[in-house]
Amino acid sequence: MQHSGMLDSSDDGVHASATAPVVETFDLTRKFGSITAIDRASLLVGPREIFGLIGPNGAGKSTLMKMLTTMLPPTSGRALVAGFDVVREAARVRSHIGYVPQLLSADGELTGYENMLVSARLYLVPRAEREQRIAAALDMMALTDQRDRLVRTYSGGMIRRLEIAQSTLHRPLVLFMDEPTVGLDPGGRHTVWQHVRRLREHMGTAVVVTTHYMDEAAELCDRIAVIHRGRIEAVGTPDELTAKVGPAATLDDVFMHVTGAEIEAGGGYRDVRQTRLSARKHS
Amino acid sequence: MSGRHASAPESIPSPRLAGLVADYLVQTLAVADAEFRKLRHDPMELATRAVQPVLWLVLFGGVMAQVRGLSTGSTPYLDFLAPGILAQSVLFVAIFHGISAIWERDLGVLQRYLASPAPRSALVIGKALSSGLRGLSQAIVIYTCAAAMGVDLSIRPQDIVLVVLLIAVGSSLFSTFSLIIACIVKTRERFMGIGQVLTMPVFFASNAIYPIELMPRWLKAAAALNPLTYEVDGLRLLMLRNGTSTFGLAHDFTALLAVTALLIAIAARMYPRMTQ
Repeated sequence: MQHSGMLDSSDDGVHASATAPVVETFDLTRKFGSITAIDRASLLVGPREIFGLIGPNGAGKSTLMKMLTTMLPPTSGRALVAGFDVVREAARVRSHIGYVPQLLSADGELTGYENMLVSARLYLVPRAEREQRIAAALDMMALTDQRDRLVRTYSGGMIRRLEIAQSTLHRPLVLFMDEPTVGLDPGGRHTVWQHVRRLREHMGTAVVVTTHYMDEAAELCDRIAVIHRGRIEAVGTPDELTAKVGPAATLDDVFMHVTGAEIEAGGGYRDVRQTRLSARKHS
Repeated sequence: MSGRHASAPESIPSPRLAGLVADYLVQTLAVADAEFRKLRHDPMELATRAVQPVLWLVLFGGVMAQVRGLSTGSTPYLDFLAPGILAQSVLFVAIFHGISAIWERDLGVLQRYLASPAPRSALVIGKALSSGLRGLSQAIVIYTCAAAMGVDLSIRPQDIVLVVLLIAVGSSLFSTFSLIIACIVKTRERFMGIGQVLTMPVFFASNAIYPIELMPRWLKAAAALNPLTYEVDGLRLLMLRNGTSTFGLAHDFTALLAVTALLIAIAARMYPRMTQ
């Protein structure tokens, strides 16, 4: 791993190399009491890459994502996101990333446009560019016709697209998405994937996405990390991962191979509740 | 360097102090404006909240004014009561602010705010100001109702402006206090219980509905430490045409602002932990 260009990046321009990794972690660890949710994770995500984190419920995917988005401090190890340290330079990390949490992050009591306006202000999009950028982002996510409707009248897929739009108004280097298609019907899921790819094409945004749908990971991601019990067990392109397991293997087989027969190993009441709640909200 | 990268630093606050302050204000007002727009989409909330202070003024005030059991000097009891009820209704609105914070956490909207580069104190202040907005709508209702009941209200513009400021500070204080409680208890069920337990002592251990002079000594001491007392004291001076203040307006504002600043500093530290 080389990252020499990234460490002295307190200056605004230094991280902005087109080849520097957007995420780099070194033995990143998070403990909750005696439980190790993420155990010495070392990862590297390149620019413009769509990177998947897969694993069973409770494997630690969300914990890892919370640390990378500065929502949760690590217990030990470190992580650089967009070239900035997630602990010491948390505010800088936040202004260079977008985050679509698993839960509902668009406000249902506001219109689509108003949600965008809130984000434009929070992320300090220059005033002169606000309207034009909001219009362009809504257009890219095919939401222009719905901009003045209250978000609580949107479909689940529309809400997800709005959340992606509002998280990318400030043109982040990397967009983090936690289970973006939970609760969506197949049509809604495909539209979300399509828009994530468009985002990368148009703005060059890298994407880190957690999912436990293998078809989603295979379809969307350039590379995948399989997480099991807080450890990164395998990293590679979908083809590399399946090739390791055997000829004609699918990602499902990879998943079973890595996690053993313990699909139901993790995920307590809280996880189930969260997943179902957000599934309900988005459907 | 691609064009995308070149545009990235624009979202970083300008290093100049004036720029930093302007950015801070934009982010603070973004939060307050979102709440304002929500109220505009659904004004029913404000209408329902107006019921309680009107009942206090008309029923409690109406009866107590007849009883003449409380000595309020030369001020008629209703005139004495009106500022107290305004402070009380601002308190009641603000103290349940924490519930909406928990609700936003459960929904996920809070994650969205915390994931933004806005300083945590800007988020806390923005939320506090939105609570002040609700408090102001209460003030309009209470002024109208009190005027109809013959309270000798002051309508001098400088008094009105100061009343607005006092409500904004009082709302910020109690809503931020409520936010801190929400950060500690974390669930709506527990908050509901605690919200009730907290509101009543704050309300009754103050000069809102009776003069401090009538209190037993231990309660006097509690009232002197109670921020609501200073809000009511200021309002009594500003709302009434012949209003008087016990402590002086400068003292009232200083006490309220100092406590508010302290609470905001605490809340800004605790708020991010709500999502962990």
